[in-house]
Amino acid sequence: MTLSFCDHGAVRTLRENRLAALAALTFALMGAGIALVFFYVPNDADQGFSQRIFYFHVPIAFTAYVCFAWGAWKALVHLWKRPAGADLESYVAIHQGLVFGCLVLLTGSIWARISWGIWWTWSSDQLVLFLILFLFYSAYFMLRYSLPPGPGRANMSAVYALFGVALIPVSFLAIRLAKDFIHPVVFNRDGPQMAGSMFLTFCVCLAAMLSLFATLYHAELAGKRLDARLRELKEALA
Amino acid sequence: MIPLAVTMTEVKYVAAVYLVVFLFVLAYLLIHVTKLQRLEREVAALAELVRGRRAEAEPEPEAVQAPGRVSVG
Amino acid sequence: MTYVRDVAALARKDLLLELRAKETVPSMLLFVLAAFVVFHFALPSGAGALAGRGLLWVAIVFTALLALTRAFVAEREQGLLDALVLAPCDRSAIWAAKSLAVLAFLAVAELVALPAYAAFFSGLDETTVAAVCLADLGICGVGTLIGAMGVAGRARELLVPLLFLPLAIPVVVGGVGASVTGEPRYLGFLALYDAIFVVVSWASFEYVVVE
Repeated sequence: MTLSFCDHGAVRTLRENRLAALAALTFALMGAGIALVFFYVPNDADQGFSQRIFYFHVPIAFTAYVCFAWGAWKALVHLWKRPAGADLESYVAIHQGLVFGCLVLLTGSIWARISWGIWWTWSSDQLVLFLILFLFYSAYFMLRYSLPPGPGRANMSAVYALFGVALIPVSFLAIRLAKDFIHPVVFNRDGPQMAGSMFLTFCVCLAAMLSLFATLYHAELAGKRLDARLRELKEALA
Repeated sequence: MIPLAVTMTEVKYVAAVYLVVFLFVLAYLLIHVTKLQRLEREVAALAELVRGRRAEAEPEPEAVQAPGRVSVG
Repeated sequence: MTYVRDVAALARKDLLLELRAKETVPSMLLFVLAAFVVFHFALPSGAGALAGRGLLWVAIVFTALLALTRAFVAEREQGLLDALVLAPCDRSAIWAAKSLAVLAFLAVAELVALPAYAAFFSGLDETTVAAVCLADLGICGVGTLIGAMGVAGRARELLVPLLFLPLAIPVVVGGVGASVTGEPRYLGFLALYDAIFVVVSWASFEYVVVE
């Protein structure tokens, strides 16, 4: 029996500690962010209390972009240098991106309901873009699950993930252009310059979301690696 | 903290947003925990398998194998 | 120079196969005409010409999908793709040739569909025709790559539309914008889409067929 499965004890402890540290950081940042949102930051002059949705909605959207970009970067690394784990890392990052993307759609929908009285609006660029990205990256999962595991699947997933980063700016431009012939811009979320306290709250929430992504990413990756190693062991023992 | 001008519906919707995010993360963790439990069961099954093999391999080697090769198992 | 020759030879093979089998182009023609009839009944009488302009683009994208799902089926069924990959030519030449063949099929279908559209609905203007030409390039370039991905999977006919439609949304936006407003900036947007996605498809095709 090969010993390489169990001689990483020290490395594994380090990795687990890093994960625990990340989780603690996320917990602290999330608590601080929520405390700032509800007990520190003043009400927005235009939108009042409901503007507090902004402090979670926008950082989640930003984090989703980071996930997709990270997934595409890992895909590029896979196609370029072919290290062993890049395909799995790209997949996990895009999976996280899809989870955050769903959250963007849900929180955005609730925000649209409270501020404009409707559950969905085609006039919010970000929501429409996330709907397109949701469809695109759901198709990524369909592609992945319809192919047999192996280098072919890794390559195709990587190519499709790279198409995603090309699609994001092009779609954004398309949505901007489409507004002119579908209907004019009515709402604008980016009000005047954010006040200092608002900016601070926003930054803390953004940091919280990014560290949440990092924590979940490493947790899921560790699970997936463990799963793969276990399967290897099973085959070796069978 | 919250000024009086704030309506109850507003508070409800903002709470809903934060609750949705919380529930998503919770659901994610739940899925992860079930997965970990499955991995744990598989590891236990594998350990059982190894123990069974070792048990049935142990009695014979002293009689059959040359002394130099006993340590391999 | 050899690259051009390879592409020409491969594209000629696809066109000859189609001339012999007559599978893809006739079904595209029938499909697009049937779609127009469906659209006529789908539009209420007060809908106006602009709604018809939008539906023209729906018809074009779905007609192209028909060709794209079929694009690599013959290769995959007979295991030809592996042989093509081993051939001493650049892998992207396979993509270029297949894109050209699909473009030819789509162009033939549109040569019938656009006059039929003009007769059935409102007339056509030059901007729409120019937009159709630009959109065809992007649709065929990206679609051929997606078609090559789709045939590798288990549910190939199901997979290609799912993979392709989110990528085709910008094309529809550009096309409908050009048809409805007649402004040249939508043509510029379509050209930008073509430039970006054709280059990405050309560069990444090798990874789709080689393991």
